[in-house]
Amino acid sequence: MSEHEYQPKSKVGKWFNDRLPLLSLASHLTDYPTPKNLNYWWTFGGILTFCLVTQIITGIVLAMHYVAHADLAFSSVEHIMRDVNYGWLIRYIHSNGASMFFLAVYIHIFRSLFYGSYKSPREVIWIIGILIYLLMMAAAFMGYVLPWGQMSFWGATVITNLFSAIPLVGESITTWLWGAYSVDNPTLNRFFSLHYLIPFLILGLVVLHIWALHVPGNNNPVGIDIKKPSKDTVPFHPYITIKDLFALLMFMIIFSGFVFFAPNVLGHSDNYIPANPMVTPAHIVPEWYLLPFYAILRSVPDKLGGVILMFSAIFILLILPWLDTSKVRSSVFRPIYRQFFWILVIDVLLLGYMGAMPAEGIYLLLTRVGTIYYFLHFLVVLPVVGYLEKTDPLPVSISDPIMTGGANVSFAKRNDKNI
Amino acid sequence: MIKISNIFLKTIIFSFLISFKTFSAEAIDPIKVDWSFKGLTGKFDRSSLQRGFQVYKEVCSSCHSMKYLSYRNLGEPGGPEFTEKEVKAIAASFEVTDGPDSQGEMFLRPGRPADKFVNPYPNNQAAMAANGGAYPPDMSVLVKARKGGADYIYSVLLGYEEKPAEMILDDGVYYNKYMAGNKIKMPKVLSDGLVDYADGTNSTEEQMARDVTTFLSWAAEPELEERHRTGVKVMIYLILLTILVYLSMKRLWSRIDTEV
Amino acid sequence: MPEKKEKTTRRDFLYTASFTVGAVGLGATIWPFIDQMNPDKSVQALATTEVDISNIEPGKSITVLWRGKPVFLKRRTQDEIAEARAVSLEELKDPQKDEDRVKDGKDEWLVMLGVCTHLGCVPLADKGDYKGWFCPCHGSHYDVSGRIRKGPAPVNMEIPKYEFVDNNTIKIG
Repeated sequence: MSEHEYQPKSKVGKWFNDRLPLLSLASHLTDYPTPKNLNYWWTFGGILTFCLVTQIITGIVLAMHYVAHADLAFSSVEHIMRDVNYGWLIRYIHSNGASMFFLAVYIHIFRSLFYGSYKSPREVIWIIGILIYLLMMAAAFMGYVLPWGQMSFWGATVITNLFSAIPLVGESITTWLWGAYSVDNPTLNRFFSLHYLIPFLILGLVVLHIWALHVPGNNNPVGIDIKKPSKDTVPFHPYITIKDLFALLMFMIIFSGFVFFAPNVLGHSDNYIPANPMVTPAHIVPEWYLLPFYAILRSVPDKLGGVILMFSAIFILLILPWLDTSKVRSSVFRPIYRQFFWILVIDVLLLGYMGAMPAEGIYLLLTRVGTIYYFLHFLVVLPVVGYLEKTDPLPVSISDPIMTGGANVSFAKRNDKNI
Repeated sequence: MIKISNIFLKTIIFSFLISFKTFSAEAIDPIKVDWSFKGLTGKFDRSSLQRGFQVYKEVCSSCHSMKYLSYRNLGEPGGPEFTEKEVKAIAASFEVTDGPDSQGEMFLRPGRPADKFVNPYPNNQAAMAANGGAYPPDMSVLVKARKGGADYIYSVLLGYEEKPAEMILDDGVYYNKYMAGNKIKMPKVLSDGLVDYADGTNSTEEQMARDVTTFLSWAAEPELEERHRTGVKVMIYLILLTILVYLSMKRLWSRIDTEV
Repeated sequence: MPEKKEKTTRRDFLYTASFTVGAVGLGATIWPFIDQMNPDKSVQALATTEVDISNIEPGKSITVLWRGKPVFLKRRTQDEIAEARAVSLEELKDPQKDEDRVKDGKDEWLVMLGVCTHLGCVPLADKGDYKGWFCPCHGSHYDVSGRIRKGPAPVNMEIPKYEFVDNNTIKIG
């Protein structure tokens, strides 16, 4: 944080800054040298910050009107929608905001996968990111329970029952999670408490995520190390802030489209039926952003096996930096890996689609193929391709399109632009 | 680059939309109705809402509750927009249980606009007992609670037909071609001329189904008109600001040799 | 140089426009988040309460809840009315005639918000130096017309909007 010493101009500023260097921090954030060739895939960090803040603000507002009680939760949500001033707007922002948050985080994660942002020296950023993603899933799941509709109730039942697969202590853990002998009022109450807590944990991790980012600095589409500050970098403000703002506004247009014109399209109609412990809906599906993992869960005919596989699918990402053996970060210069990256994208989309389908027949078969490939990608493709692949020559610097090994200049440029 | 990212977003959204669409394929697709409240600037048909309320009051309300609505909602902007006087009269035509009074007794009084819609049954058990074990769902958010929404409700109301010969129906179960599983416990209720419309509209079965579905759609989404109105403004604003920020960004980055 | 100057102006205009439009939008966005804390539609709708007053004996009072606040309905005796009207306005901290605090022809009925105008406590009936109300929180004394006579409260207790629906029913609000 001290590449250059910052001195406030005013006396008061200096006095304060000597005691708490907030002004130095602000100066660091403003001047933070950022690679000038970052493309729009890099704007999702800012978009995600916006999503988190939006969810926290709208969530605090909703908590002012929501009642976390099995008898009143559903009607308090209707009260918010009908009576509270702008309640419908705030709730729809919050519920669609969750989807937009995940949309952004998936793009953010896949960007990292494509450009090798998880590789040395950025492993810790990546691991913190995966922890954030895990907490996001927990927060989203618990939040979905709060309206106490049919999907809330049965989603909670199914997901908490996952823990009953643990040998010996499973049943006790599930009962402990419920605070009852089924999903019931105590469950709702504690989920509300935790749902309020988790976003602040995420916020704390986001601070660490950004801190860890500012130590080595941003990766970039070319993936090579750059000197900072240099002719390859621009100050974060105003160059990156305005670019992030532009991307954020584009994102907000899509977001608003959902909120104002299709607020329930990403939800499930069954969740407008109040929770009924005696009737299970015909199809239980989680929200779309959890579908790939739901598909992996269902691909195994064994209860414990499915749970283990599902959690492995997430936790495997934690060791990703050590599974990838390639020294080259950006897929722009990795012709073979690039193909596999897109296959992985398609595979995850396929798993998501299968997660929404009934687990039978051709769907089940495809789900299994998809699941196997998912693990193959990380456990086999990544290490092996890293060894075998002949990567394209890298430029010496961002501004200086001279290739190591004197390869074709236009090649890097073309790829840089297209991606 | 923007283009590619957009296509990518669309693909993701689209693939998920498809996954929701192709879900249950048990019943046939509902009739597609060109509702006035569809689309970016959709609004409810005021007179249809008022007629729909009449159908609800005279037909549906004897079995179905609408417990999240209050009589005052009937006069609020974006709804049937009855006048204040009409709302008071409508509310007063229902008997509301209030109390306890100074003697500790519950008593009946004429409804007021602030009262919630009166339930036809004291509780779910009573509703089930009176309806052969099936409890008529609350209709406040029914349109949002059914896949297919308004189209589906409309179709079910008109979907009663003679059952196929091979189908065996229990007592109190009826055949409906749009209902999931084709079996419904609600008998066919609408028939031509059932309701004497206050505004003189010819009360055909289709007309009543259309009106009451419009009414139920409003009941489920009373904020719809305000939402659409605000949405259009927000969109115009965002697009304007996006253009301004884009131009500012271009100008700012013109100092740098890299394109944005 | 002139060329550069022109560039600067155009840039300034763009930035100013962006900032202004952005600020307006931010302001408009903040409003819903403030307004959501105002009384909602269901609260606003409950703004009236009807009270049956047929069982109140002269000299007695009842307290009813209206908008979450107590409302005192006191049926005053002729003596009390006479006493309230005998007070000269100069003696009062917040000068107001008793006639202005009741409805014409319904002199015996005093309907007022039972909330001390000092800091919002509920005064006790038939207490204090003026036989009216006494607020236990900080010692404000009110007379039988609910006017402040002694203590820290600045003004008389508030008379809500109300009307007689018939001889036995009062509608508050």
